[in-house]
Amino acid sequence: MAATADITLGFMPLFDSAVLIAASEKGFVADEGLSVQLVRETSWANIRDRIAVGHFQAAHMLAPMPIASNLGLTPLSLDLVAPFALGLGGNAVTVSRSLWDRMAADGAGPGTDPSANGTALKRVVERRRDAGESPLRFAVVHPFSGHNYELRYWLAGCGIDPESHVEIVVVPPPLMADALSSGAIDGFCVGEPWNSVAVASHVGRIVTTKASIWRLSPEKVLGVSALFASENRPALDALLRALYRSSVWCGEGANHEELAALMSASAYLDQPREKLMPILTGRLRLGDGATGDIPEFFVPHAKGATFPWQSHALWFYSQMVRWGHTPHSAALAERARDTYRPDIYRQALKPIAAPMPGANMKVEGALTVAAPVGASERGLVLGPDGFFDGRIFDPDRLDDYLASQR
Amino acid sequence: MTRRDLTILVIDENAIRASIIEEGLRDAGHNRVSIVHDVHGVGRVIERLQPDVIVIDLENPNRDLLESMFQLSRSVKRPIAMFVDRSDSSMIEAAIDAGVSAYVVDGLRQERVKSILDMAISRFNAFSRMERELAEARSELADRKVIDRAKGILMKSRGISEEEAYKLLRTTAMNQNRKIAEIAQSLVLAAGLLEDP
Repeated sequence: MAATADITLGFMPLFDSAVLIAASEKGFVADEGLSVQLVRETSWANIRDRIAVGHFQAAHMLAPMPIASNLGLTPLSLDLVAPFALGLGGNAVTVSRSLWDRMAADGAGPGTDPSANGTALKRVVERRRDAGESPLRFAVVHPFSGHNYELRYWLAGCGIDPESHVEIVVVPPPLMADALSSGAIDGFCVGEPWNSVAVASHVGRIVTTKASIWRLSPEKVLGVSALFASENRPALDALLRALYRSSVWCGEGANHEELAALMSASAYLDQPREKLMPILTGRLRLGDGATGDIPEFFVPHAKGATFPWQSHALWFYSQMVRWGHTPHSAALAERARDTYRPDIYRQALKPIAAPMPGANMKVEGALTVAAPVGASERGLVLGPDGFFDGRIFDPDRLDDYLASQR
Repeated sequence: MTRRDLTILVIDENAIRASIIEEGLRDAGHNRVSIVHDVHGVGRVIERLQPDVIVIDLENPNRDLLESMFQLSRSVKRPIAMFVDRSDSSMIEAAIDAGVSAYVVDGLRQERVKSILDMAISRFNAFSRMERELAEARSELADRKVIDRAKGILMKSRGISEEEAYKLLRTTAMNQNRKIAEIAQSLVLAAGLLEDP
């Protein structure tokens, strides 16, 4: 069946828009008979506003953004659905050279181990407090972002209270390295290439990664206006098939050079290609001459990276409750969970026999080794997916998890 | 009338546009208008001014920073919300089309803010129109220059008059269904390639 709706898709110039851009550039969108226009934006607020007024039907979104919108936590809150995830991982935490020197003196390094480096950071935080120095200031890209919640999870897991021991502010990704070098901030959590940019200009040291804080964790989703989704299902289904095929292409190691070249174009990231390879290889220059080889640093396709797990939605919700961003009730939890729409994903991808997991939720952090799952003819392998502190998130026991967090 | 003057903060990296907005606000009788071009340190400015209305351009990547200050920061004491009531969707649309957004202190009466936003929208639109016209004027000038050069090349290589050269360009453009400036551009390019190095 022909899906005729024209779709305008907003995206931010970040590497994890790759699946959207390759879907258009490599012809996967055209193969589905769709007409999709990609529009680059300058802020997540613009993306939200332009979906609200109907300029965009769908967009690249921070994974907690549609949840926050549906919970009424953002201006111009409107109903959104997230039927497709745009990969796993891709972020890192970088600190200034001077903070790194103090952390190193307190036992940090040589690698990116979140426990060792977090313990060193805690010692620095305590020394600063004892000396009457101002709290360290960390930046994230948006309040409702994976960055904010994984940074807070890491800090809290290392005994640093993100509310009182440090200050967390918002800075747009391209301005992070400058803010670090000017001393406006002491560290940040951001997606690539912005950590590598700070390292290359000798202003920062990567201390840990999203993949080490929570391996195979959610980062961006395709956010779709709920109204558009209900009125244009054939078009949305076709778009998801194009995105799925694009994710397969993006995930192939043989295509990585081409993908990096594609993303480096001035219309997209406008960054040199070399700076875009570390996110794909996981081989990052950390600063101070050290290099990291991070397994599954960014995963665009494998390990169920495009499936909108409702357990991911509930984990983000649990962190929103934890940090006082939303009150908690069973109804709100349900609203958060149902923002992610595996039912749309399953129906859209049925015709192309994409491998599917059996359930819509999983126990996060439970897989210590890679495990084949699912009922489809072609197999799907998930995990390992552990949190750095060894804790487990069982979405069926949300209240217990919430109670244990604070 | 005992109505207190509203304090308005305009955040715009484009200095010309910011001053156009400021002028409009002053013409409308608003005397407490401040302008910030650089969002760096805007938190302190907001703390000091305690603005009732904040106007920001949509190209500004710091909109997320600004909104996060309203949501999370302790430095902004008064609750600030996005500019309009959700029911007024035509105004949201007009603002976003124009490329401007505004934030207002909670509890401010709609009609007081509406006139400010209406003014910002019309000034933003006027500014875009001006920019477009300027770009068109620039390209017209560039077109005229390239046509003059092409005429010169034809006059020299074919030994024809200026009028004949122009006619030749125009006929070629008509036959190929292209603009005269495009034909002239191709001719200048080709002549450049054929020239002795």
